[in-house]
Amino acid sequence: MDRALKEIIRNDCFDRLRSELGDSFSEQIRSRVSAVAGDVTSEMLGLDDAGLDELSTCDTVVHSAAAVSFDSPLDQAVEINLLGPSRVAAAVTEARTRAEADGRTGPSHMIAVSTCYVASTFQGEAREHLLGENRFDVAVDWRHEVTAARRLRDDLEAESRRSPIQDEVTKRARRELGAAGSHVVAIRAEKLREEWVRQQLVDAGTTRSRALGWPDAYPYTKALGERALVEAHGPKSTAPLPISIVRPSIIESAVSEPTPGWIRGFRMAEPIIVSYARGLLREFPGVPEGIVDVIPVDMVVADILVVAAHGPEPEEVAVYQVASGVRNPLRYGRLVELVQAWFTERPLYDDQGQPISVPAWSFPGRGRVQRQLKRATAGIDAVEKILTSLPLRGKRAALSSDLEERSVMAKRALGYVELYGSYTETEARYRIDRTLALFDALDDDDKILFACDPATIDWDRYVSEIHLPSIVRHARVRTAPGTQVMADRQERGRKAVLAPERQLAVFDLENTLMASNVVDTFAWFASRHLPKGARASFIAELLRDGPQLLALDRRDRGDFLRTFYLRYEGAPVEQLRADSWELFAEQLLLRSYPEGIARVREHRRLGHRTLLITGALDVVIEPFAPLFDDVICAKLGQVDGRFTGRMEELPPIGEARANVLEEYAETHGLRLADSVAYADSASDLALLEAVGFPVAVNPEARLATIARRRGWLVEHWDRAKGGASRSLPLGRFDEARPGAPWRQIGGSPR
Amino acid sequence: MWKGEGFGLQRLPTGSRVIYAPEPFDALEDPESAIRHALENPTGDSDPLSAQLRAGMRLTICFDDISLPLPPMEAPDVRQMVIEAVLDLAAEAGVDDVVLIAALALHRRMTEPELRHALGNRVYDAFAPSGSLLQHDAEDPTQLVHLGVTEKGEDVEINKRAAESDLLVYVNINLVAMDGGHKSVATGLASYKSLRHHHNPATMRHSKSFMDAPSSELHSANWRMGRLIKDAGVKIFQIETTLNTNTFPDSFQFLQKREWEWNLKDRVTFAASSRAMNAAPRKVTRQILQGIKAPHALRSVYAGEVEAVHANILEDVWAQQGVAVEGQTDIVTMGLPYISPYNVNSIMNPILVACLGLGYFFNLYRGKPVVREGGVAILFHPTRPEFHPGHHPSYIDFFEQVLTETTDAVVMSEKFEEAFATDPWYIHLYRTGHAYHGVHPFYMWYWCTHALSHLSKVIIVGGDPATVRRLGFHPASTLDDALEIAQDVVGIAPSITHLHTPPLLLADVS
Repeated sequence: MDRALKEIIRNDCFDRLRSELGDSFSEQIRSRVSAVAGDVTSEMLGLDDAGLDELSTCDTVVHSAAAVSFDSPLDQAVEINLLGPSRVAAAVTEARTRAEADGRTGPSHMIAVSTCYVASTFQGEAREHLLGENRFDVAVDWRHEVTAARRLRDDLEAESRRSPIQDEVTKRARRELGAAGSHVVAIRAEKLREEWVRQQLVDAGTTRSRALGWPDAYPYTKALGERALVEAHGPKSTAPLPISIVRPSIIESAVSEPTPGWIRGFRMAEPIIVSYARGLLREFPGVPEGIVDVIPVDMVVADILVVAAHGPEPEEVAVYQVASGVRNPLRYGRLVELVQAWFTERPLYDDQGQPISVPAWSFPGRGRVQRQLKRATAGIDAVEKILTSLPLRGKRAALSSDLEERSVMAKRALGYVELYGSYTETEARYRIDRTLALFDALDDDDKILFACDPATIDWDRYVSEIHLPSIVRHARVRTAPGTQVMADRQERGRKAVLAPERQLAVFDLENTLMASNVVDTFAWFASRHLPKGARASFIAELLRDGPQLLALDRRDRGDFLRTFYLRYEGAPVEQLRADSWELFAEQLLLRSYPEGIARVREHRRLGHRTLLITGALDVVIEPFAPLFDDVICAKLGQVDGRFTGRMEELPPIGEARANVLEEYAETHGLRLADSVAYADSASDLALLEAVGFPVAVNPEARLATIARRRGWLVEHWDRAKGGASRSLPLGRFDEARPGAPWRQIGGSPR
Repeated sequence: MWKGEGFGLQRLPTGSRVIYAPEPFDALEDPESAIRHALENPTGDSDPLSAQLRAGMRLTICFDDISLPLPPMEAPDVRQMVIEAVLDLAAEAGVDDVVLIAALALHRRMTEPELRHALGNRVYDAFAPSGSLLQHDAEDPTQLVHLGVTEKGEDVEINKRAAESDLLVYVNINLVAMDGGHKSVATGLASYKSLRHHHNPATMRHSKSFMDAPSSELHSANWRMGRLIKDAGVKIFQIETTLNTNTFPDSFQFLQKREWEWNLKDRVTFAASSRAMNAAPRKVTRQILQGIKAPHALRSVYAGEVEAVHANILEDVWAQQGVAVEGQTDIVTMGLPYISPYNVNSIMNPILVACLGLGYFFNLYRGKPVVREGGVAILFHPTRPEFHPGHHPSYIDFFEQVLTETTDAVVMSEKFEEAFATDPWYIHLYRTGHAYHGVHPFYMWYWCTHALSHLSKVIIVGGDPATVRRLGFHPASTLDDALEIAQDVVGIAPSITHLHTPPLLLADVS
């Protein structure tokens, strides 16, 4: 019951009731509604004795659970849509038996909600008949369909674990996350594998459905579900149950109850309309005179109530269709006109705060639009692929995640074009004679309360005043000029990050707080005491190794550091320690991001603990240490006052960062869920995921994409303008105080 | 006319008055013997230096930091010449406990090349490796000593080593009239606790001007402190020097000439260099300009008792820089150069732009300001929001956090100063890096208070509009626009005076 209160009763569907009943609302709900958790994919709905007893006290059972999404995996659609109704009926039958054993009547009527589209895509009038009574039906045994779907799931699960699919997803995960650490890559790969299986099942569902004459898996499984239900529990079955079937067409926003425009879940053509209003989609398939058969949700509810009041028909499974197409058709051409007029008057705004003008809609065939969309998504994908492979950062990287969002949007629109395309091209006309007969039999008061005659809908008003406003309200779009939306989101993100109750703020150093890296600092140290002649060959050597180092860094940061730090072998510790202050003042500070430094300080001011976790060496970090409460960094071993070039412990990078952080938080009694982490690269993913408030700073393309997808705060911090640092990260050679160069130049590191 | 890191010609409205700096005096022919002569023939109540030196004593030599002179002078620096002479005498007397201290106050620490330039390699190499070359650290409580409180309640806390030495020799360069005197020790070697008594909006506002000792509250405060230091038994041997106003090397000589006197060579070098600077990347231009070493030459040197020495020096400074100016003007215009005392080898950020124009140039007067009360100052400078993160870290936060909220010196001193001054990160950067103290941007803003209360409008021609507005000033793209903006205050036919500096000048306004 608590779950029902939280997940259902809290919905704005009940807002009106809540305000009408006032204080007594919760009490009324508690005394008049009881909730029992059931699962349509389990036999007997997984109900225990108490659940079945509860069910046995009902008079009428309405079954409306379904996987309505057009892209449900086939096996899932089969379990829910095909087998669901029969399972509900079986449970109801059991409940009836229990009631009768107690001398009560028990449930005497089951209403199964189906869909008009079970009538498949044939042309002509679809009457309120059971399937099978129609001459166009293909005779399919639903049991074989169930077995095949389950088997397909098993086969795909097996196949996805073998080469080449397994290799492919692992490769893709690594490409996406790079040197984030094997654990993180493994998690991602597993997710990609599951996605692959799912997509295969979705495709299989569509293929099979189309072969049998349905547009996709939803009507196909619903149709077979009706058939299975009637077969097992119809009047001629061994366990007969009084059943009625209600078939709505496409359910849409409410006309009046509970409030105009209310609907839970997706709105008719929302992605298509939004894509169009954003200028992403210039055309939409369909014939102007075609009928868009939608029905407001409150009419469907009214119809179910009327059917319940009417009760079951003896010796027959009565079918009632709720659709508008025959009685009061909304023509496709008219819908388009209304949408266009509406957005011309109230345009959406682009990122720059400029209004987007909507194109005049032509009525091309579906194929042309799909080709257009596919071309667009392929183009976007190609550009995105190139961008993510480039070492971009910050705003340029944001561009690539922007592209990704567009690509997702376009793909979604493509999916809907496929879905709605076949629906709008369905030229079946759904008769509603039985529904109207029930409606006509109502007295005048009830006719007002239970309005289910679509003739009363004024489509112009419905589209312009109810449907489109509700779409715009719910879609994340700009409806006003200016860039306020983005700024607000940034502002909110920052506020959350800087809330006083945060406990810990952890920072990465390189490219998060300053534009420098281990190669720069090494180059500076090593060249600090090099006489002029040797500098050129030193630079040449470093440049020569550059590409190789970069590749290694992308692959595995730990290996990279281990290899690279070997170059410090033999370096005098004290000299480096002394030089590091100069490095700090003359190089690192100049390359620092003042906003980043200010952020660290702000966290401290707010009383948050601050922690620096970096793969940089302790000698480099020493001058930075006072900025933070604590520092965790890499340390090199020392022998006789010289570095060995080998690290003493596992460096805190990649996944190890998350572990180090967890340990740290535990030691200090800090909650990671209330902590903030700042990092710049996908290799820090584990660190970012470990905290409740991740912040991507100047993210490189892969992290930018991830941050965008997950709605993380993204900061673009820059070096101080007019920055005065040298372009080459080289130490200043000082003739009067040469010091001791420790490296043999021209050779590889010892 | 200077416009930040570049210069160009600027036509002033007919009838405008231009105040040029006087011609540079000739250099001393033999500066080294002049220095030796001064050390042995002290001014005021003081024994010759050699008589004050003896074996086994503690000797501390303090010297002015990178903020003087401007631009840095060609080697040898006058500090090097004076200190070498002092060290020669100390060596003769057998003094071996000698420490050199750069009198930074709250300025940034000097870098090794800067120290080498000021002191010469010989001095640097003799003292730096053994740790006897120090830079004053106003934030190290173990190296400060509290000497007492003046009759006005001002704490006097200065460098401990300097205060506790048997003799403190101070080597100064007097570039403008506010330098030197008791300010050398009382400010240069002081702590924040001590400095805040005179580096605050009230004192700054009542210093009219800083260059005019009797009218300067800043001067009075330093003199009270200086006398307290003397009474506390700190023995000071003050050496002050003046330089002539030979500010620019040969290739930029035209910058210190009257434009109508330019010869062919001046015209050609002007045309070539101004164009080259405008075309070159800013980084390159900045490097070239910051690389300029001035051919300043030693003009006079006095040594001995602080007040007597300083009196002589002031006379010389006024003799070199003083210009008689008749009457005030409605509008003063000034082209701001690339350099101020606080951005040597650095970047002139917007706060320093305000300080150079309103804190320094505005105050280059005695008697009355060049511009009338309620008049308008028009500055020429690009005023870009650029900062040196190593030298001016607290300036960045000051610009982002303080100036966005208030430009009122009193409000900011009450609301923000303490937090900036005691901020551990700024203190860390000041002590270990090359950063100005956290409170320094406030002081820069306080320098402007006299000008801000005197003027009714400040306009920056060519300044970045958003930045100029944040400073509380008006941006204008041309002088004509600026005059238009000034019109509601000064009318359509204002009197205009242009301050043609650098080279430095001191306007004696009657």
